[in-house]
Amino acid sequence: MKKHPLDDYLRVARMPHIWCPGCGLGLVVNCFLRGLLRSQLNLDKVVIVSGIGCTGRAAGYINLDSFHTTHGRAVPFATGLKVANPELEVVVISGDGDLVAIGGNHLIHAARRNTDLTVLCVNNFVYGMTGGQMGPTTPLTARTTTSRGGSVDRPFNIPHLAAASGAAYVARWTTAHVRRLEKAVTEALLKKGFSLVEIVSPCPTYYGRMNKQVTGLDQMKYFRDNSVIKSGIDPKGVGIEVNGPIVVGKFIDRG
Amino acid sequence: MPEREYLAGEFFLSGDDACAEGAISAGCRFFAGYPITPATEIAERMSERLPEVGGNYIQMEDELGSMAAVLGASWAGTKAMTATSGPGFSLMMENIGLGIMTETPCVVVNIQRGGPSTGLPTLTGQGDMMQARWGSHGPYSIIALSPSSPQELYDLTIRAFNLSEKYRLPVLVMSEAATGHMYEKVVIPPSGEIELLARRKPTVPPEAYLPFAPDTDLVPPMANAGEGYRLHVTGLTHDERGYPAMTVEAQDRLVRRLVDKIERNKADIIALEEDGTGDAEVVICSYGVSARVSQIAVERARGEGIRVGLLRLITVWPFPDDRVRELARQVKAFVVPEINYGQIALEVERCACGLAKVVLVPHMGGRVHAPELILEAVRQAAR
Repeated sequence: MKKHPLDDYLRVARMPHIWCPGCGLGLVVNCFLRGLLRSQLNLDKVVIVSGIGCTGRAAGYINLDSFHTTHGRAVPFATGLKVANPELEVVVISGDGDLVAIGGNHLIHAARRNTDLTVLCVNNFVYGMTGGQMGPTTPLTARTTTSRGGSVDRPFNIPHLAAASGAAYVARWTTAHVRRLEKAVTEALLKKGFSLVEIVSPCPTYYGRMNKQVTGLDQMKYFRDNSVIKSGIDPKGVGIEVNGPIVVGKFIDRG
Repeated sequence: MPEREYLAGEFFLSGDDACAEGAISAGCRFFAGYPITPATEIAERMSERLPEVGGNYIQMEDELGSMAAVLGASWAGTKAMTATSGPGFSLMMENIGLGIMTETPCVVVNIQRGGPSTGLPTLTGQGDMMQARWGSHGPYSIIALSPSSPQELYDLTIRAFNLSEKYRLPVLVMSEAATGHMYEKVVIPPSGEIELLARRKPTVPPEAYLPFAPDTDLVPPMANAGEGYRLHVTGLTHDERGYPAMTVEAQDRLVRRLVDKIERNKADIIALEEDGTGDAEVVICSYGVSARVSQIAVERARGEGIRVGLLRLITVWPFPDDRVRELARQVKAFVVPEINYGQIALEVERCACGLAKVVLVPHMGGRVHAPELILEAVRQAAR
């Protein structure tokens, strides 16, 4: 079989992965690896830390030092690695439920300290691993397996949360923006300080199916057709509404 | 070398301060913590001392994060610790479990206070002894040490680091407010005289390294992050490569090894102190500050002609089953004073197997036992 150009950086022995057809996580790993290679960092010093959930499994597929930790605790685990050995380039790849709900406190405090970490927060609007329950990012009125009549809770605006907490670099892209996402990964990795890239990603199995975007392709088309690039704007106004526009771009890049 | 790199000599220290110095002597260079009475003084001293020795102190947002950071720091190749009390210990249980599952060396100090819940923040207790053993979910074994003086808080903190590096797990130092806040003479020996164990490193190149393949003592050699081994470490049940393995067989193999690496090395791990147990008809079995109070009862009982011995558990977990079983065949009764409503007494009862009576002398917390209480229990037991 022909080798994939990124096979050297994946744990191919662990394939096939557990992600559903139409999931965006394959694209996320792909963009991350390309962005990482472009950064020219010494790969022996790059460490991936994940929490729990679908995205939490990313650590297990990337062939670098990688830690699959407890639910919500990827950021403080990463903090320990980085503080104890500043030579390490520590990257957290985890989901919105993991980083923003159960791990929300750790996220804002790491941003407040401006710890030199790179966080990729994959937002699919639900808890995928457990079957599509609503989460901290589920848009108001969106249907999930625990909000059959529509979510009644307001979601977090992740870039605004990170920026207000003191992050040095904040961007949002979707899995339909692979080149821009790849570039954002490189920038975030090379940024000294706390960097967060939110990656809006499809979950057709749960979120899409229950919100009139039945396939992964439907969700990708929605991302493509409804994303508006507004780099440099105050992320205060970039909250996401159900089936509404998605404002993407690089919002914060402090010197 | 910074002037205060290593303190040797005689000092008048609190137990908490002695614990911090023990950590420094053991080579601990990372502390993550969250303020909590009566353990705060350990964090305060570490925040001052670590920068003097090239280490790092980080104050986390809670104990969930503290424990996670300690594990991360350990995988970065640093000896790492945290210190807390009951409410924080409860929060740490989650990542103590991750430390067990991922075989991460580190030290957790619990300066116990009265509980449950917020309980008696400033007053002493020993109510977390069973939580120390079973507090995180799932089957596992743990090591817990119980110091009876500030000197022992110094000594056992060093031993806790050595055991954690040797057996690759979080080792618990289970002290209490009474000892943590007690001031006494503490002798810190010259640095060369302390035996320090280092992490066993892999002897094979990265491509041949199986991160969770054990040596004959059931403990796998440990590579750190950033050394080129391309580790994968997960809290999921995993195989010897460290890869998730969701099978009954992998679970059986891993969990048995995690437990057996402690249980089969009990002879090395367990430390006891015995006084007059040889011909005793009654043995007081105690630990921490309660063992110290028991000493007074022992002396008075002997004055009354009672043949009483003291079995002090320096290692509480794993429990010294064999020695307690042996004594159960010899004595009429065990007397177990502890500052809770019966925790270690249950273990003594289990091992006594009905061969000797077990008399609990409970104290709900807030103070140490009056020696008379223990003495009276000894008198009754000797009858």
